[in-house]
Amino acid sequence: MRNLTALLFSGGLAFLLMVIAWQFTLGDAPMLIGAAILDNAVKEVGAANLVTSVVLGYRGIDTLGEIAILFTAATATSMVLGSFAMTDEASETEQREDGSILGSSVRLFFPLLLTLGLYIIVHGHLTPGGGFQGGVILAGAFFLPLLAIPGRSINHGGIALVEGFSGAAFILIGLTALFSGQAFLQPLFEHGVIGHLFSAGSLPLLYIAVGLKVGAELSGLLANLAGISSHAAEAEK
Amino acid sequence: MIWLVALMVFIMLLAAVSMLLVESQVSAVALSAAVSLALSILFVILQAPDVAMTEAVVGSGLSAIILALTLNRIHRFKQTTTAETENDA
Repeated sequence: MRNLTALLFSGGLAFLLMVIAWQFTLGDAPMLIGAAILDNAVKEVGAANLVTSVVLGYRGIDTLGEIAILFTAATATSMVLGSFAMTDEASETEQREDGSILGSSVRLFFPLLLTLGLYIIVHGHLTPGGGFQGGVILAGAFFLPLLAIPGRSINHGGIALVEGFSGAAFILIGLTALFSGQAFLQPLFEHGVIGHLFSAGSLPLLYIAVGLKVGAELSGLLANLAGISSHAAEAEK
Repeated sequence: MIWLVALMVFIMLLAAVSMLLVESQVSAVALSAAVSLALSILFVILQAPDVAMTEAVVGSGLSAIILALTLNRIHRFKQTTTAETENDA
């Protein structure tokens, strides 16, 4: 039964990819919204990356919902997993010797990943990528040392602080637009010159908030899953 | 271009089918990451770099890490087969 389901799934996937490869036309969608956004997004929002102008400009509330879903999922996982202490066997394997190659390469990669993640977040309105992608890279950057260097712990209080502040910042930017007589989460400020770092109004601020929130949330989640917490580090001391 | 697409589809199918056949669960996790990586290249070909980036980062990075950590949590993070694990227990 399991094999049959997997076969059906693989077959369906292959069919879909073949549809893409040979470009079959399955129906004829009018695509009115897409065409309207393509025509107007650059002069209405001022972001060089059209995807960002949709994600944060036209569909800001959807993004807020997305953040809320992520927050709920991360909180639920932490609640379920945080109460389970790792058993002795597992914590013994965690205390294995520090491999010097692993440790050094992580120390080399950590600043590079940090720079890449922040670059993708800050340039979200100019180049592909943005808060979600950069946030996951940030979470990976902060999680790598936890995996590779034994005894390294993560500050859950600090993570919660960053997460809370960035989430509140996203909503506050939206409320500022609301109280200045516009719609909730409508882009604020002047558009600036398209393609410049300081352009597209408040979209970069929103994406920085999203990126920090996603990064903090996911690194906390990964640390919880790996059974690394500040409690365990305190107990060792 | 069509050959690159066909190659990526072939890699994805190969990885997906062998994911069902391999004995080790850790290998299955790695193969699922390979599927996502090939898929992200397909997204680049389809001129969707944002989606490709998300697929590469989330699909092949984050979800593989989460699956591997979960295997570690339930003490299945071993290079042994499932049959051997059952024999041990």
